[in-house]
Amino acid sequence: MRYSGFQVIKEALLGHRGWKPAWRDPEPQPSYDTVVIGGGGHGLATAYYLAKVYGGKRIAVLEKGWIGGGNVGRNTTIIRSNYLLDGNEPFYEFSLKLWEGLEQDLNYNAMVSQRGILNLIHTDAQRDAFIRRGNAMILNDADADLLTTTQIKERYPFLNTDNARFPIKGGLAQHRGGTVRHDAVAWGYARAADQLGVDIIQNCEVTGFLIEDGVCSGVETTRGTIRAAKVASCVAGSSSRVMEKAGMRLPIESHVLQAFVSEGLKPLLPGVITFGAGHFYCSQSDKGGLVFGGDIDGYNSYAQRGNLPVVEDVCEGGMAIFPNLGRARLLRMWGGIMDMSMDGSPIIDRTHIDGLYFNGGWCYGGFKATPASGYVYAHLLAKDEPHPTATAYRFDRFKKGLMIDEKGMGNQPNLH
Amino acid sequence: MIINHPLLGPRDAAEFVYKGDASLIHRPDWEAPDALQAFTDYGYLRDNPAGLHRELWFHEQGDRSWLVVTRDTTTHEITSVELALDVARKEGRST
Ligand SMILES: Cc1cc2nc3c(=O)[nH]c(=O)nc-3n(C[C@H](O)[C@H](O)[C@H](O)COP(=O)(O)OP(=O)(O)OC[C@H]3O[C@@H](n4cnc5c(N)ncnc54)[C@H](O)[C@@H]3O)c2cc1C
Repeated sequence: MRYSGFQVIKEALLGHRGWKPAWRDPEPQPSYDTVVIGGGGHGLATAYYLAKVYGGKRIAVLEKGWIGGGNVGRNTTIIRSNYLLDGNEPFYEFSLKLWEGLEQDLNYNAMVSQRGILNLIHTDAQRDAFIRRGNAMILNDADADLLTTTQIKERYPFLNTDNARFPIKGGLAQHRGGTVRHDAVAWGYARAADQLGVDIIQNCEVTGFLIEDGVCSGVETTRGTIRAAKVASCVAGSSSRVMEKAGMRLPIESHVLQAFVSEGLKPLLPGVITFGAGHFYCSQSDKGGLVFGGDIDGYNSYAQRGNLPVVEDVCEGGMAIFPNLGRARLLRMWGGIMDMSMDGSPIIDRTHIDGLYFNGGWCYGGFKATPASGYVYAHLLAKDEPHPTATAYRFDRFKKGLMIDEKGMGNQPNLH
Repeated sequence: MIINHPLLGPRDAAEFVYKGDASLIHRPDWEAPDALQAFTDYGYLRDNPAGLHRELWFHEQGDRSWLVVTRDTTTHEITSVELALDVARKEGRST
């Protein structure tokens, strides 16, 4: 069924009895051409673009829980393409362009809202660095706009621009950045992939790989053995746990990132603001809650919950520039497991095992990458060579000294 | 999290800086024939287990000693804390 305004009116008149489940609940087949492990945003997008753009057939997505229960349903929904490095910016701008056409493409309202993102500047050195990044963005066909404090005050009159430690001296804005309803991204891709014949198999955990003589020919799961010519791991925070079953160690540590949402408020914050120096960023959801967060906790964790020092740090950062935040009550807080890579950038590559592919290392920024990640991973699976925007995301970049280190922190995952 | 420092007793984890997997104590031999591969693995690859993890914490805002903490990454429960110096000595790394 195509979703449309007409359908909504028709169903309203008929008592909403005609809506069908958005995707099927098929039994796993004994074999597929391609099996994607992980029903998060990236796995579902991979299956969708593989079927839609690359003509893939007999595709399954295997999800250990329910789709959308991982980080795609836990993130703070920010999309942007404001990167500096050549290895990253073309990829993230490709992603932002895909977001811009996503809802028409999927026939699904994912509430893509280009309300803009603003990175605050506090020092001359930071301004220089941000101007350079803005220029890199413009060179890559993205938009970037350097704002003065007065311009920021016009849009965000409540920001404290005179904080003693971090006075606001301007900002780098990307007006095409914004937010997207994260759950709807998972559901939209799932529905569109399902309509192209992709089997989405939930409650199906991959427990092992069928590997012989360096060739992977399928997976063991809690719902039986499934053979496949190509197996594509796409499990974000669980990357090390899954690839360990194929005997691989990864350049990844899993860390917890926390997020917070306040009670619903009337419209207050029109765009996304990031106060990187104070470990705080915030946007307001369409339901009215202030959605905010900061840094990862900083130690290896699979617990999906964090500790209080980071809660205090994030809230202090928020209060420093956004003092009226203190009048809002906190409604919920939660954590998700980040696949923090050694240089802060992802890996989308073949492995040394034939037929086994890997996508991971997204750190705290993989939501914005969802469409492009799926697209380029599908490209890799279909053609066995990287998509032009993703040629740098290789495993061997560490050995070759070709790290994509936006922050210049070195191989210390908790600093990216 | 509270880290029970072997010399100072229970301290808030916020006083520490986290380094990562305690196997980083074992720096490879730079003269070995496979040194390039060994250093690539040492620098960039991690076990990253879900469960017990031996890891290095530096007491930056305290006595500046390095500790080896054994912690469950699925619950954050800490089961043992040793001075990294003692661990290295026991393994014949230091005198
Ligand atoms: C608090 C928080 C805030 C964030 N904010 C942002 C943001 O503002 N902007 C941004 O760009 N990014 C953000 N991120 C990061 C982003 O959410 C992730 O990088 C991205 O969602 C990861 O890709 P995914 O959607 O495919 O992951 P997931 O949704 O985690 O998908 C992985 C799936 O694999 C499944 N799986 C694991 N093991 C197995 C197995 N053995 N067998 C089968 N299935 C398995 C899991 O159940 C899971 O559903 C944030 C993350 C968190 C936690």
